[in-house]
Amino acid sequence: MNKIMKEVKIVTKDLTLHYGQKMALNSINIQIPEKEVTAFIGPSGCGKSTFLRCLNRMNDLIPSVKITGEIRIDDLDIYQKKIDVVNLRKKIGMVFQKSNPFAKSIFENIAYGPRINGINDKKTLTEIVERSLKNAAIWGEVKDRLQDSALGLSGGQQQRLCIARTLAVEPEIILMDEPASALDPISTGKIEELIFELKKDYTIVIVTHNMQQAARVSDHTAFFYLGELIEHGRTRKIFTTPDKKQTEEYITGRFG
Amino acid sequence: MRLKNKIIGGAITSASAVSVILIISIIVIILVVTIIGGKDKISWEFITSFPKEGMMEGGIFPAIYGTALLVIIMSIAAVPFGAITAIYLSEYAHEKSWIAQSIRFAVRTLATVPSIIFGLFGLGFFIQFVGPGMDKWFLGGQLKWAQPNLLWASLTMALLTLPVVIVSVEEAIRTVPRELREASLALGATKWQTIKKVVIPGSISGIMTGTILAVSRGAGEVAPILFTGAAYSLATLPTSVSDQFMNLGYHIYVMSTQSSNVDKTLPIQFATTLVLLMLTFTLNLAAVLIRSSLRRRVK
Repeated sequence: MNKIMKEVKIVTKDLTLHYGQKMALNSINIQIPEKEVTAFIGPSGCGKSTFLRCLNRMNDLIPSVKITGEIRIDDLDIYQKKIDVVNLRKKIGMVFQKSNPFAKSIFENIAYGPRINGINDKKTLTEIVERSLKNAAIWGEVKDRLQDSALGLSGGQQQRLCIARTLAVEPEIILMDEPASALDPISTGKIEELIFELKKDYTIVIVTHNMQQAARVSDHTAFFYLGELIEHGRTRKIFTTPDKKQTEEYITGRFG
Repeated sequence: MRLKNKIIGGAITSASAVSVILIISIIVIILVVTIIGGKDKISWEFITSFPKEGMMEGGIFPAIYGTALLVIIMSIAAVPFGAITAIYLSEYAHEKSWIAQSIRFAVRTLATVPSIIFGLFGLGFFIQFVGPGMDKWFLGGQLKWAQPNLLWASLTMALLTLPVVIVSVEEAIRTVPRELREASLALGATKWQTIKKVVIPGSISGIMTGTILAVSRGAGEVAPILFTGAAYSLATLPTSVSDQFMNLGYHIYVMSTQSSNVDKTLPIQFATTLVLLMLTFTLNLAAVLIRSSLRRRVK
């Protein structure tokens, strides 16, 4: 029992979320394992992105949101009063649907996170920038133009830059909210390869609309529908012999 | 029915045409009259020399200098204060909270108060209340601050231009995409770090637009400084904020109503008006250009 618990990174217990009066998540119970990829799938509006944004408390920014239940990361309740949200978010990186580099140079984009943590030594920053870009598989494409604006990169490059920017803070968990939905197939392929590499060191949770993508990159899949977690399990099992009829119908494309 | 539509349509079209022509003619007439009246007078010497012969001859350098000092001190007071208010309103205040609503109400009301009221407020508050207090506490009753001067005029003008700054800075801050704030917060930045490193750099051109609009408004207003620091005529330039100063707008007023020979000073009046117009047009043009580049970036 103890051994299994150690491998679980994130646990939620009866997590319920309301936007004003409207319930968006209904009593979600899930366990997300460490250093593996968990994919959230489901039709638009099913709550998968909302749930993802609970995990780094990004929903705190929306005033009408009310959350009950529990989320434990490394067995620590992240919604208890004493939690320092800023430190929590350093531990949990996030990559967004739309690539969002700052209007700064490539170098300064990556150095942003380390700088706000008080690292200003040029040599250390250079090392972090190089390592992060290499780990995000974009170093070769940008190493000669680190001082150029990040906005000059292509969409796929910008998204990998955003992943590198997240890695520079050395998080333990990376949340990805449809990271490839705005990208062409080649860029998408690169992001997927990258996810495969990153799971050696990081716990990854990815929201995706693309079921082939979920099947390709993830070890576990969770199917959400109308704010409820319908089914969660090994990706291979979910995609071949799901327990629930709704899951099967969604995966085979009968609705959604 | 169709005839009725045609008549209404025709009436609206001609009304629009008339107003367009009217507005354009007003601008053209103002420009043409000022240029014709002032073109013989305006010269490098006019801009750089002091008035002579009881302001019948000479230039308007002290008025330009005084106007420049006025708007600089005014900006130093109004821009940081206005920018901080705008940041508070857009980033910190809860939209529905009574404090945010009362600030917004105050800003809207301030923007509609006639400028002469600001002048009277400046006189009553700074010169009759704050000034005497300063003289009493710091100078043992010696008269220094309890009279019109550059500082009080600038601060009065700052109050007048504050709404302009607040509204344009807030508008600029709102154009910073939510995605960028989220990116910063998700990297573990605090709210203040996000504002300092993402929001303010992202809205810097809006802050500049606001400043320029405020400066242009301040350069053109006369009423607020009438009682608070503008001087009829001075032999020397102001050397301290406790000195009085000359001002372009006030200079035009003085020469057109107070001069012993109004007809003789007519070319000086026109030339001064031309300088003032060019100053405010240039500032407004700069603001428009910066703003349009800002809009392009948002799209």
